[in-house]
Amino acid sequence: MDNAPGKNKQKQAINNTIKKLVVLVFAMFGFGFALVPLYDVFCDITGLNGKTSTEAASVKDAGVDSERTVTVQFISRTAQGIPWQFEPMINEVKVHPGEMKFVKFYAKNQSMRDIVGQAVPSVSPGRAANYFQKIECFCFNHQPLKANEEVEMALQFYVDEELPEDVSTLTLSYTLYDVTEKSDS
Amino acid sequence: MTTEVIHDSHQGDEHHDHKMTGFKRWLYTTNHKDIGSMYLWFSFIMLLIGGAMAMVIRAELFQPGLQIIEPDFFNQMTTVHGLIMVFGAIMPAFTGLANWMLPMMIGAPDMALPRLNNWSFWILPFAFSILLASFFMESGAPNFGWTFYAPLSTTYSNGSTAFFVFAVHIMGISSIMGAINIVVTIMNMRAPGMTYMKMPLFVWTFFITGYLLIAVMPVLAGTVTMVLTDTYFGTTFFDAAGGGDPVMFQHIFWFFGHPEVYIMILPAFGIISTTIPTFSRKQLFGYSSMVYATASIAFLSFIVWAHHMFTTGMPLFGELFFMYCTMLISVPTGVKVFNWAATMWRGAISFETPMLFSVAFVVLFTIGGFSGLMLALTPVDFQYHDTYFVVAHFHYVLVTGALFSIYAGVYYWLPKWTGYMYSDALSKWHFWCSLISVNILFFPMHFLGLAGMPRRIPDYALQFADFNKWVSIGGFAFGLSQLIFLALLLKCIKGGKKAEAKPWDGADGLEWTVASPAPYHTFEVPPKIK
Repeated sequence: MDNAPGKNKQKQAINNTIKKLVVLVFAMFGFGFALVPLYDVFCDITGLNGKTSTEAASVKDAGVDSERTVTVQFISRTAQGIPWQFEPMINEVKVHPGEMKFVKFYAKNQSMRDIVGQAVPSVSPGRAANYFQKIECFCFNHQPLKANEEVEMALQFYVDEELPEDVSTLTLSYTLYDVTEKSDS
Repeated sequence: MTTEVIHDSHQGDEHHDHKMTGFKRWLYTTNHKDIGSMYLWFSFIMLLIGGAMAMVIRAELFQPGLQIIEPDFFNQMTTVHGLIMVFGAIMPAFTGLANWMLPMMIGAPDMALPRLNNWSFWILPFAFSILLASFFMESGAPNFGWTFYAPLSTTYSNGSTAFFVFAVHIMGISSIMGAINIVVTIMNMRAPGMTYMKMPLFVWTFFITGYLLIAVMPVLAGTVTMVLTDTYFGTTFFDAAGGGDPVMFQHIFWFFGHPEVYIMILPAFGIISTTIPTFSRKQLFGYSSMVYATASIAFLSFIVWAHHMFTTGMPLFGELFFMYCTMLISVPTGVKVFNWAATMWRGAISFETPMLFSVAFVVLFTIGGFSGLMLALTPVDFQYHDTYFVVAHFHYVLVTGALFSIYAGVYYWLPKWTGYMYSDALSKWHFWCSLISVNILFFPMHFLGLAGMPRRIPDYALQFADFNKWVSIGGFAFGLSQLIFLALLLKCIKGGKKAEAKPWDGADGLEWTVASPAPYHTFEVPPKIK
C-alpha cells in the first residue's frame, strides 16, 4: 500500500513464475505421452522386452556359420476370448546362424462367426530379440478367418550371426488376439 | 532467527471485512485460513470414509472364508480405500496445512493466488462425489486396485473406468493448482530479509513437494487419459494386440507413482522438523543438510520407479540399477532421522501431544523405511512382492508416517487456529490408543507377508487365521481411536482454556508472533527478518 511500485514488482514476479510453472505442467503432460514412443525406441535399441521388429528384414547373403547350432523353439497361445486353434506345426528347429528357415503355423477359427486375428511375437531371452530376423511372417498382417475356416500360415526367418555366444536356445512365442472390432476388413 | 513484527493498530477480526455468513462465506472465500480449514476438514471426512472401507476389508478378513462381502466388492473396497486415502486424506491434509501455515510462516498476507486457491479446493468434493457415486452403478466402483494396472482397468474394466478417470483428472487439476500456488507464494511472497536458507524447513519441504507435484501430476493425467482412450476409443497404448504394451503402463504409472510417495512424506519431514526442535528446546540440528537431503530425495525419486516392477521380467542390469538407486535413498533419509535424533540429544524434552506423535513418527517411520530397504533388494523382492509385507511397509510409512505427522502438526497448531487449548487428556488418549492399535494392526502383517499371504485377496489359507484376527482387532481399535480425535476437535473449536500467542515455550517462527486465534488477516505489512 505504502510502496505501490514494490507491489507492482511483486505482481510481475508472481506472473512470471506462474507462466514458467504452467509451461512446466504442459511440458510434463506431453512428456507422459512422449514416454510411449520413447519406450518403444528404448526397447528397440536394447532389445529388452523381447519385442521383435514389426517389419520384414531383407534377405542377407552373409554366409552361414555352420560351426554353430541354435535351437529355435516355437510356442503359441491365444488371448482370452478368441476361439481359435492356433499352434506351430513343428515345435522346434535347429538352425545355423545366417541360415534361412521356413516353418508353418496352423490356425483354425472354431467359432461360427468371422474373426480377425492378430499374432504378436515375443522372443525370449529378450536380448536375443534383435537377432531374430523375420523375412516373412503372418504376424505382419491381420489374419481374417471365416467361421470354421482353417489356414496354414508361413514364417520365414534367420538368426543373425551376431547372436551373443552364450545364447543357444531361442523361444519364439506368439500370442493371438481378437482384433475383429478394431479391424476394418 | 530473530524477528521484529510491526503490527497494524487496526489489525484484527473486524479489519475491512465484508465477511459473509453461512455457506456463502465458505463457498466464496479466498482467505488462506478459511481454505486451509476446509482442506483439513475435507481430508478428515475422507479419512473417515476411507477408514470405514478399511473396516469392511478387515471385517471380511477377520476369519478365513467368505463371510460378509463378495470378492468383487472386496476389490472395490481395496481400490477405493487406496484412492481416497492417497488423494482424499493425506494430500489434501498437507495442502490444508500449507494453506494455513505457509503465509504465516513467511510473513505473507495470503497465498499468491487466492481465487485459484478457492477453486482448487472446491473442485475436490466434485472429484470424490464422482468416484463415490460409482458405487451406485450397477457394475460397481473401480475394482482394479488404486494402481489401475492395464489391462485390469482397460480390457477387464467393470465399466467404472470413465468415472475413475474423470475423478482422477479433477483431483490432479486440483493438486497442480494447489502446487503452483504454493511454489509461487514461496518464491515471491517471502517477507523482506527471508532468504531461501532462512526459510523454516516446513516451508522448504512444501516448496520441493510443490515442484514434485507439478512434475508428476501431469504424467498421471496422461496415464489415465491413455487408459480412458484404450477403454473407450479403441487406442492400443497398453494393448499388445495393437502394438502396445501392458508393461509400459506400469513404467508410466510408477514414473508418477514413486515421486507421489515422496509427495506424501516430504511435508511430513517438514512438520517433524518443526515440532521436534520446539519440544526439545533446541535449534534443528543440521538445517542445511536437511534442505539438501530433502532435495536429494526428491531428485532420486525420479530414477527408482521400476523397483515396483522387479517381477515383470526386467533385464538384470535394470534390476541392479533400480535396486542400487533405491538403496541410495536411504542415505538422505538416514541423514534426516539422525538429525532429528541429534536435535533431541541433550535437549530439554517435554512430551506434549505433538511431540508424542513426532517421536512415534521417527521410530515407526524408520521401521517402514527398513522394510522398504528389504523390499528394495531385488532377489528377496521376488518373495515379498504383492504380499502383506508390502502392505505392512507402506502402511507404516503412510499411517504412522504421513498421518502421524499430520496429527503432530494439527496438535501443534490447533491452539493457533482455534484460540483454545485442546483437552490434554483426550489428546493423550488419542495418541496412546492410536499408537498401540496401529502396531497391533500393521506389525503382524510383516509376518503374514513373509509367510506368503497375498494382498488384495478376500480369503486366505487357514494358517494365517490367528494373525489376521489380531490385525482386524487392531484395525477396529485404530478406527475407533480416530473418533476420540473428532470429539477433541469439536470440543476445542467450541472453547476451552484460552491459548496464548505462543503456547509452546520452545516454539520459533513468525506464526507465533500473531495472536491466537490467528486474526483473519495477518502480515498485511510484512515483518522484517533480521
